[in-house]
Amino acid sequence: MGTRMPDSVSLLQLRNVQKAFPGVVALDDVDFTARRGEVHALMGENGAGKSTLIKVLTGACRRDGGQMLLDGKPIDPRSPMEAQRLGISTVYQEVNLVPTLSVAENIFLGRQPRNWRGIDWGQIHRRAEQALARLNLSIDVSRQLSGYSIAIQQMVAIARALDFEAKLLVLDEPTSSLDAGEVRQLFAVMRKLKGDGLGIIFVSHFLDQVYDISNRITVLRNGKLVGEYRTADLPRGQLIARMMGRELAEFEGQSHRANAGERQGAGPMLSVRGLGRVGSMQPFDLDLCQGEVVGLAGLLGSGRTETARLLFGIDQADSGEVRINSGEARLNSPRAAIRHGLAFCPEDRKTSGIIPELSVRENIVLALQARKGIFKSLPRKQQDEIAQRYIRALGISTPHAEQAIKNLSGGNQQKAILARWLASGPRLLILDEPTRGIDVGAKADIQKLTLALVEQGMAVVFISSELEEVVRVSDRVAVLRDRAIVGELGREQISEQAIMKTIAEGAPARAAEAAP
Amino acid sequence: MTDVQTPTIEPLASSPAAGRGRGRSSQWTKLLWPLLGLALLLLVDLVWVPNFFRIGVTEGRLTGTPIEIFRWSGPEVLLAVGMTLVLATGGVDLSVGAIMALSGAVTAKLAAGLQWPPWGAVLSALGASAAAGAWNGALVALLDIQPIVATLVLMVAGRGIAELISGAAHLKVSGTLFSALGGSPLGIPTEGLVGFGMFAAAAAFTRLTSTGLLIEATGGNRTASRFAGVNVRAVTFLAYAFSGLCAGLAGLLQTADLHGADASKMGLYWELDAILAAVIGGTALTGGRFSLLGAVLGAVLIVTLTTTIQTKVPVEYALVPKAVVVLVVCLLQSETFRQNALAPLRRRAA
Amino acid sequence: MKFRLDDKSLPVLATLVVCVLLYTLGAVVFYQNNFLSLQVLELLFSSEAVLGIMAVGMTFVILSGGIDLSVGSVLSLSTMIVAMLVAKTHWHPVMAMLAALAAGAAVGLINGALIQFFELPPFLVTLATLFLARGIALWMNHTDRISLDSDPFFRSFTRLRVSAGDVRIYLRTIVFLVVVACGVFVARTTRFGRTVYALGGSEQASTLMGLPVARTKVLVYTLSGMLAALAGVVFLSDTPSGDPTVAVGWELNAIAAVVIGGTPLSGGVGSVVGTLLGTVILALIYQIISNGNLDEAWDRIFNGLLLFAFIAMQKLLTRLRAGKTPPLAILRHASSSPVPVGE
Repeated sequence: MGTRMPDSVSLLQLRNVQKAFPGVVALDDVDFTARRGEVHALMGENGAGKSTLIKVLTGACRRDGGQMLLDGKPIDPRSPMEAQRLGISTVYQEVNLVPTLSVAENIFLGRQPRNWRGIDWGQIHRRAEQALARLNLSIDVSRQLSGYSIAIQQMVAIARALDFEAKLLVLDEPTSSLDAGEVRQLFAVMRKLKGDGLGIIFVSHFLDQVYDISNRITVLRNGKLVGEYRTADLPRGQLIARMMGRELAEFEGQSHRANAGERQGAGPMLSVRGLGRVGSMQPFDLDLCQGEVVGLAGLLGSGRTETARLLFGIDQADSGEVRINSGEARLNSPRAAIRHGLAFCPEDRKTSGIIPELSVRENIVLALQARKGIFKSLPRKQQDEIAQRYIRALGISTPHAEQAIKNLSGGNQQKAILARWLASGPRLLILDEPTRGIDVGAKADIQKLTLALVEQGMAVVFISSELEEVVRVSDRVAVLRDRAIVGELGREQISEQAIMKTIAEGAPARAAEAAP
Repeated sequence: MTDVQTPTIEPLASSPAAGRGRGRSSQWTKLLWPLLGLALLLLVDLVWVPNFFRIGVTEGRLTGTPIEIFRWSGPEVLLAVGMTLVLATGGVDLSVGAIMALSGAVTAKLAAGLQWPPWGAVLSALGASAAAGAWNGALVALLDIQPIVATLVLMVAGRGIAELISGAAHLKVSGTLFSALGGSPLGIPTEGLVGFGMFAAAAAFTRLTSTGLLIEATGGNRTASRFAGVNVRAVTFLAYAFSGLCAGLAGLLQTADLHGADASKMGLYWELDAILAAVIGGTALTGGRFSLLGAVLGAVLIVTLTTTIQTKVPVEYALVPKAVVVLVVCLLQSETFRQNALAPLRRRAA
Repeated sequence: MKFRLDDKSLPVLATLVVCVLLYTLGAVVFYQNNFLSLQVLELLFSSEAVLGIMAVGMTFVILSGGIDLSVGSVLSLSTMIVAMLVAKTHWHPVMAMLAALAAGAAVGLINGALIQFFELPPFLVTLATLFLARGIALWMNHTDRISLDSDPFFRSFTRLRVSAGDVRIYLRTIVFLVVVACGVFVARTTRFGRTVYALGGSEQASTLMGLPVARTKVLVYTLSGMLAALAGVVFLSDTPSGDPTVAVGWELNAIAAVVIGGTPLSGGVGSVVGTLLGTVILALIYQIISNGNLDEAWDRIFNGLLLFAFIAMQKLLTRLRAGKTPPLAILRHASSSPVPVGE
């Protein structure tokens, strides 16, 4: 990609696009240009506005302000169907095809060619083979779609999108479920389509892949445009810094850590060697000591939650072993993990956290009660006490403890789930984005709480996308990128700069080597 | 298992004191609907049906329509209680009618056909019913088969097994135990006593142990419950086993009452009654919060409705009003209906 | 379309195998009763023709991912409507039959509309219409049957049959096979049919792809109601009387025929031909049981067992295909959740 690129023809232009939802401005004066014959990557952290931009582009929602021009002409797609007719086709993360139907049928679903006898299956199969040939793919199109790997299914989705005479192809996180070989295959197809003059928008959080395939990168942050860059001209460190809203200093600054107090952990409470799962995390090593906070830092999609899920037994590992207090442990279910003294406060409270109809009190005492079993029921008085204690301690804003938890704001729901895990008295607490959606004042409180907990001997894994938080709280930081742990920073090394540098340059240690 | 030590925490700077309010008031408002329905129905009875509320005494037993309603409610309440817990876990049990028939057939065959001692027959029938419930539970909780699909199997096969056990002969069940179960040795019908007694026992058990909370959590959000360490498989399994047991008890009572069991007819379509009772009582089809008291009210409502209609017209005519009630209850529970049909009305009223 | 051994064809293949096995069993055991004769073959179709017609409608509903519990009641209602109109108001029998078909379609339309537009669960809605239709049928003649024996049209209607060599083919067999043929045609070569399959496979994907989901869902239930009514009309060719107590529980048999025929209750895959085989299997089971002088209760038990076997097989196939669990581990607890995508 070193040769001078001619300025490609602008295909789709968004200018000054605005979009707001109740309570949040998703897109604020954003410009975006997609060009023919180019792969344009769209990147951003949580809340950046990526998905909203795609939705506006593909007609899934309408912008509040600004212009959209396709080949110079203004457009205003009101539905994905309309956008498709205009030539903008999208392939989503979850392949939106019907798994029980054949490949050929999926490509032509809803617009099957017909003859006097009804649907013309012969034509469907022929044209399906042609559509796939355009992607250099030659498979049996009469086979059920679900009989093929996700990678192939994605190709079929692309073939369907292209068959609609697409000018612009939007790929939304297409590589999340693919292995390295399949990614190469997909990129080969993308390069071919690029050569045919198609414009491609590649939404992804995999740094290496973005650098491999894209010509340009657009970075969004908090709904605003940070910038559009030629990939060849943007060093990784700069990209990371832009995404995280930081300036990458050439000079390695001092540690930001406010609390530099010495906290000695005893030998590792939980020790993991080569723990991994295909499609989730590459095998990694990790030691967690009592009285210590280990932060997990990395970009969105780097595998932080996946790591937590493996530790807590939600996902079963394919490889590796876990030792707890020097004895081997099998963490193959949440119940097993809880028995060993683990606790996990998940990032997505709505699907994995709250029981919506139940009260705040019931949500708080659930883990503790589940651990005690059916017959050792917590007396109501004790439940009330526990609930009150944590409502006060964490500042949960609720009219009373019997309020249905679904009526609380997101931040307060998060606090209640945190209370649930604290109430269960764990020895190791995994916190996944514990301060997301919580107001600034309470954020600091939660961080102080974390430090107080380790003071009492708890081991804590602290996952957060906010660098300063990770830096402030952690004794050690494991740095992740693209579903692997690529580095570990010790007490003296922790700083925002160091973390970003490690994300950019770190490489996964082999599972055989011990962690530094 | 190490002793659980909850950490001590200093209260955070920003912490309002929370009140102790009665948040369960919404629970009671949900009961308003079946109560209202029942009240309305009784009003209609007062006006429309002569002597509906008359209670007399004969040979030391209470008699009269309200007493009959109490008696017939027994089996319906049993089914409703079992179904409520199954619904609360997020499932459904379509086989309860067939399990009733199975229980009746086993009772009749053992007691009357093979001349077993009555208690032996009763215990065997209950055992068979619990086993049937356990079968359902195993399919749903262990093999992860969808509840409708899983319980459909017993709905079809269970009645066949019941018919097989009964054989062609019409076995007549008799003896002091069965007369006691089907009659009113204590002055009021035993059937009603057993039904409401089971309700009381179930209500006490679910509220005094943590079962109630665990069931509501499992149905409310299975994933979150699993992550919180709830043994969702065990909870689900037990709900189905219990439902089977309740159905068996109901079949037993009916057999005692009718002095026999017609395997092809006993309990036919009763699962639908049970679901309806539970739903009227405020338990959502999707699971989560449940109300046994509500289910009881629902069951009594259905029995009263059938009884009222029966005073004027053949009982089969009760089907149309039942259908209407099912639809109305469903519509009221449906978000879409509430948004599209009721909201405009509310807005106009405001 | 090429034939291949995959998830789609395996269940139907299993159905075919069961069918052949049962037939062989019958032939061997009941050699004296001329099990191998063509007349018995015809009997296999005609004895459950009424059920079969209902089952074809049920196939489409289940393929789309739904369920219809009201078909038994609609059948009964349909017989009552024809009997009422002919006996009491002296309509022409053919007009009466058309009216019955319209009524069945109307019930189906109500089902479809409530399910689609108010997003109510299918089994509960069709449960309500089960009550409703049955209730109306019972009310029409004060719970009594209406005999059509005296009507000349119906006297010849019941005797209608075609002779092919020395085999008598009943009218209902012909109607059944015609309905199956139409069903196969619709399922394979119309956009409506393919949309039904797509709906069952993934309603979300179907909506995103712009398929006419609402229209298809409503139509599917309407079709089911109409076919149930047709089944009632065909029933009259065997028993010429409107009967409000007939077909109680037949919806379960229809569902069994569909599932045993290779269509899982979750929908998306399956075929009308499979349902035909499923119906034949149910007929075979009944014939074997009655020929062997076994208690009729065994009929229900075997149906239930077969139903379970197919449900379990379909579950096994799903688990294996998803690669989530190796075959033997299904018996252990395997509580891993699907791999999360992204963070």
